[in-house]
Amino acid sequence: MTKAMTTAMTNKGDNSMPRVVTDAEVAPATYPFEIEATGLRVRAGRRMAVDGVDLALTTGVHGLLGPNGAGKTTLIRALATVLRPAGGELELLGGAGTREIRRRLGYLPQEFGFYRRFTVREFVEYMAWLKELPTADVPGAAQRAIERIGLADRADDKLKTLSGGMVRRAGIAQAIVNDPAVLLLDEPTAGLDPAQRMQFRELLRGMTDTCVVVSTHLVEDVAAACTDVVLLDAGRVVFQGAARELAAAGTDADAGDSPMERGYSAIVAMGGAR
Amino acid sequence: MTWHASPSLLRGYRTKDPTLRADAVWAVEVHLETCADCRAGLAAEVGPDPLLDQVWAALDLDHEPAPAPRRRWRWLATWATPAMVPWLATTALVTVIAFLADLVGSTSVSLALLLAPITPVAGVAAAWARGIDPAHEIVAATPRAGLYLILRRTLAVLVVLIPLLALTTWTSPVRWLLPCLVFTVATLALGGFVGVRRAAAGLLAAWSVFVVAPSLLIASPPAVLEPSALVGWAAALLLCATVVRLRADVYMRLDR
Repeated sequence: MTKAMTTAMTNKGDNSMPRVVTDAEVAPATYPFEIEATGLRVRAGRRMAVDGVDLALTTGVHGLLGPNGAGKTTLIRALATVLRPAGGELELLGGAGTREIRRRLGYLPQEFGFYRRFTVREFVEYMAWLKELPTADVPGAAQRAIERIGLADRADDKLKTLSGGMVRRAGIAQAIVNDPAVLLLDEPTAGLDPAQRMQFRELLRGMTDTCVVVSTHLVEDVAAACTDVVLLDAGRVVFQGAARELAAAGTDADAGDSPMERGYSAIVAMGGAR
Repeated sequence: MTWHASPSLLRGYRTKDPTLRADAVWAVEVHLETCADCRAGLAAEVGPDPLLDQVWAALDLDHEPAPAPRRRWRWLATWATPAMVPWLATTALVTVIAFLADLVGSTSVSLALLLAPITPVAGVAAAWARGIDPAHEIVAATPRAGLYLILRRTLAVLVVLIPLLALTTWTSPVRWLLPCLVFTVATLALGGFVGVRRAAAGLLAAWSVFVVAPSLLIASPPAVLEPSALVGWAAALLLCATVVRLRADVYMRLDR
């Protein structure tokens, strides 16, 4: 569908500002996986924190589980293109250029740093500028993102006045302001209370046409919101599959309070024995 | 089209009159889609709908969303981050103190001139250093990150500091401007290898130990700030700029 046609259709019957749907938005994807890694190796300092990861992820919510030090953060950083892989191959969005990838990428790091004197809106708009959104679209996109994470009533408050949970949500707002095709969230539920975690899972379930990678050490987050699980241990993928397959891997003899936790323990223990 | 639906036909259409034949209903319907006059006629036939009035009243049309506050300073954030402000302020303060020390004549060498070359270093470090800029990691993952953004921020540092230096050194810029630019670009060049923060710290330490301290001890201006040293500084600038340009990719990644 051409740009002109789409505009005309949006325009028909009302005289509100039409949103121009670009060709890129309606073009069919020419790649099978948003994220495709083969033998990916990434260094964190001197240590090879990610050591030979094979991964193929498409749209859906993917939980990245693993014990502390398994390489989750390093892997997410490599996916966010802020760390250069030391080896192997990483293809994002069918091998687009770094800048093009970043325009369609949302990233919330584990330690979400922000400017305390900015308001939520200023910060999200600043990020929208950095993500090269057209200037005219910036205020609208920021407002949409802030509304989506339920922070509209605090949009013009300074970030330093916000509670920890609200700051995290502001972090998610900056990540989704450019309607990313790949959304990377590193420990997004840390510091959220149970009600906020439920709200966050609800937000995740709404992201059906995005490839979301959520790293977490909370097994119940994965059980509640993720379509599938990638289990990382010592820099390698030790399990990839649906959440119920992970639950099926555990037996009553394994440690844990839920089937998912028992499955998790069983697989991590297997990795340790190897 | 000259044919229009008669009021009686419209009434029959509206009340779903069973005597009206199906083909006539279709014809009216098709005609209504293209004829505004007949749609108006149908609307008049329907008359005001109390439910609709209720909905309009409830919508409170006077209530328009408050316009977003005008952010006059927003463009400024695209040049310098809030994290740079305290560093620039500290640098400016040190420069002014050096100037005041020169005024009272506590040293035989101009302290402001001695410190001029390393003045921008702290500001440049604040522009792109992990640990100084809290938002460094999310900014590094955006498409605008890279040489362009880092040079934009560096330019902001220079725009603030160079006029200040011109006043406080009170001497021809020939002596300090080029060294100043060399240290600015060297911070970036070296920062690509060891991290901008470490590079800034190293350059500050080196200049203090090898130039500032000896000059103060022997009480004579350093040879490197004489006009005859300009060729050397120009060569250094060229070298550092080349390194930065060739390694432009590292400024798209997380600072070390």
